[in-house]
Amino acid sequence: MKHVIGVTSLVFAIVVSSWAQQPAAPAGADNSALEQHIRDLEDRIIALEGQVRLLKAQGSAPAATPSPSAEAVAASAPANPSPSTAEPSSAPVAPASEPTQAAMVTTPGGVIGGAGASAAKVLNPDISVIGDFIGIAGHNSVQTSPSLQMHESEIGLQAIIDPYARGDFFISFGEEGVNLEEGYITFTSLPAGFVARAGKMRAAFGKVNTMHNHVLPFVDRPLATNNLVAGEDGIDDAGFSVEHIIPAPKGIFLDLTGQVFRGDSGEGDENVFHASQKSDVSTVAHLRAYKDLTESTNLDIGFSYARGHNDAGPNFVTNLYGVDATLRWKPLRRSIYHSFVSRSELFWSQRQQLPSEQRAFGFYSSGEYQLARRWFTGGRFDWSDRARNASLTDKGGSIILTYWPSEFSQIRAQYRFTNYANDIKANELLFQILFSLGAHGAHPF
Amino acid sequence: MNRSVLRVLRRDCLVALATLLVLFLSALPAAAKKLNIVTSTTDMASLAQEVGGDNVAVDSIARGYQDPHFVEAKPSFLLKLKQADLLVVVGLQLEIGWLPPLITQSGNPRIQTGATGYLDASQFADILDVPTGPVTRAMGDVHPLGNPHYWLDPNNGRRIAKGIANKLAEMDPPNAATYQQRFQDFDKRLTAAQQKWDTEMKPFRGRKVVTYHNSLPNFAHHFGLNVIGYVEPRPGIPPTPSHTIELMAQMKRENCKIIMVEPYFDRKTPDSIARETGGTVVEYLPSVGGEKEVTDYFKLFDYDIGLLTKAFQANP
Repeated sequence: MKHVIGVTSLVFAIVVSSWAQQPAAPAGADNSALEQHIRDLEDRIIALEGQVRLLKAQGSAPAATPSPSAEAVAASAPANPSPSTAEPSSAPVAPASEPTQAAMVTTPGGVIGGAGASAAKVLNPDISVIGDFIGIAGHNSVQTSPSLQMHESEIGLQAIIDPYARGDFFISFGEEGVNLEEGYITFTSLPAGFVARAGKMRAAFGKVNTMHNHVLPFVDRPLATNNLVAGEDGIDDAGFSVEHIIPAPKGIFLDLTGQVFRGDSGEGDENVFHASQKSDVSTVAHLRAYKDLTESTNLDIGFSYARGHNDAGPNFVTNLYGVDATLRWKPLRRSIYHSFVSRSELFWSQRQQLPSEQRAFGFYSSGEYQLARRWFTGGRFDWSDRARNASLTDKGGSIILTYWPSEFSQIRAQYRFTNYANDIKANELLFQILFSLGAHGAHPF
Repeated sequence: MNRSVLRVLRRDCLVALATLLVLFLSALPAAAKKLNIVTSTTDMASLAQEVGGDNVAVDSIARGYQDPHFVEAKPSFLLKLKQADLLVVVGLQLEIGWLPPLITQSGNPRIQTGATGYLDASQFADILDVPTGPVTRAMGDVHPLGNPHYWLDPNNGRRIAKGIANKLAEMDPPNAATYQQRFQDFDKRLTAAQQKWDTEMKPFRGRKVVTYHNSLPNFAHHFGLNVIGYVEPRPGIPPTPSHTIELMAQMKRENCKIIMVEPYFDRKTPDSIARETGGTVVEYLPSVGGEKEVTDYFKLFDYDIGLLTKAFQANP
């Protein structure tokens, strides 16, 4: 606040000093010259206001008190030296989603920011909390769930770490127990367009595996990922990831991701990878091809591969293959009212175990149509063998209706029919409320 | 490990190295003479083109007829961002829902937030509606840093153009004089056009209008229009019957006949308000490229002012 006052008085001082410097505009002076002069002054004030705004947005205190000279301000207003010329340690960092230019604001006295008392707040990450409340009615003897549950409370902490990297944490609280869903550093300034990550992350295996619960268009997850790709948490493990956009002709976006993980994913029956020794790392590779068919329609196709050791024994390996395809339609002129997304994912699992290797297949197909600004309707068809006993096959289907009171909450109802192996049937009604607090997150794509 | 295995390994290594080399080479900028500018909206693109001229190649992510709050983060945009030397954004959290992940994934160190090639144009402009009290989402999708629809004031257009020109001069020193020269030229043309627009709008100063979203404070401020209400009950919340009834009563009471709507909003509610109040819906363009013929910043004002003056004359 002291700083804001400082800059305001600076503004005042400039106005006065430039007035004093040029008592110009004497009575006989040209009217338009005077107008021009006033306009210049106005522009200077606006430029200063812009800087005050940037500072306020960060709530920062100054390390330097600039000398109130019109010259210096005129020089500094448009000048935006690169942050690499500033000491990285003293350059304040803007929160990820606030497009401010903390590191670029300079004054004659040097870079603003640094180690002021209230500057500590500036460095706080963007915080968001997403609540996921689920109610389930109906009978299901295979997969039992409580009638009402605060399924997940996810806390997101995101910030730019330094000029070279950003950090993202997603910590999910169940009703009991905490889980680090994701926590990783992304190196954004690597040479040759590489993007690298290190930490715990959802693996780039298909689409649903990369998505957090609250961005799924369903209350639950498909049978295929539950049976074959480590259940709700999916392949979510500690490791490294490297991503690169590969040049391709005809406006095709081609992107290759390679990942190496410790090799532990999924718990209990849903376990896919289990490292019994350090060398049992798992690997994931994903190739994504995307093309805009028209301005409003696009096609997104992915191929995934994952390999790791499983819990059947030290020398048993599981290979997973995936293919995903997404077709999206969103007319730009009516983009907030109508859209359609159709998505299918196919999975093949080869699990070495005793007495014989299990080869299981599963897929889901889903569609979601936006009827109006706040209403979405959709459906999903599920079919999947079980990874540990491929002769058992589960099938199911869902219809879904979602209402968005605002961008920050969703209310969803889903009717789900499941025909589990051995002809065990379940009819359920699922109900979900999602709500988000704090920093405005990015819309999923 | 026997010899043949080693040989195979060595061959694999060579293949991997060659692949990496190809990737590196392909990722190097093809010694582009032009500065590649990517902007979030078409208005910024038009202003950048004005001052950049032939020395720059400009591309915008959003189209002019699209709601800039809700652009999809399509991977095809990454192809543009990957090549960009300069990214110009509107800022004030207008692009918060889609641009940050694109910037991260672009793998382009030049345009990362805070880097030399990242330019937030809002720092140059006169910003209105900066909330003074506490901000909560009970107010709808408010922008805590101020109203991001600031480019529809020609004076802000001039300031942004100047900011971009300075930036270009800094990034491309050999052509610095050209950029300043082009800005001077733009400034002159804009001043002339502004005189014409001001004259055309002068008879309607103080006239009352209703807008769909709060996207016209700077336009209204510059041309002296009085925005008395919004079709949206709160920013980002679709119209509700009770609010619409209230708004219609207010319009009748204050004799307001003009409803200004962006091309990306549904016309149903504005049309029924117009029928009920005997007013006119003006589907103005918030951005360059909203219609085919609106190809630059000048034509944007020509188009909107043409529509508005006609509507004001028809509704005295």
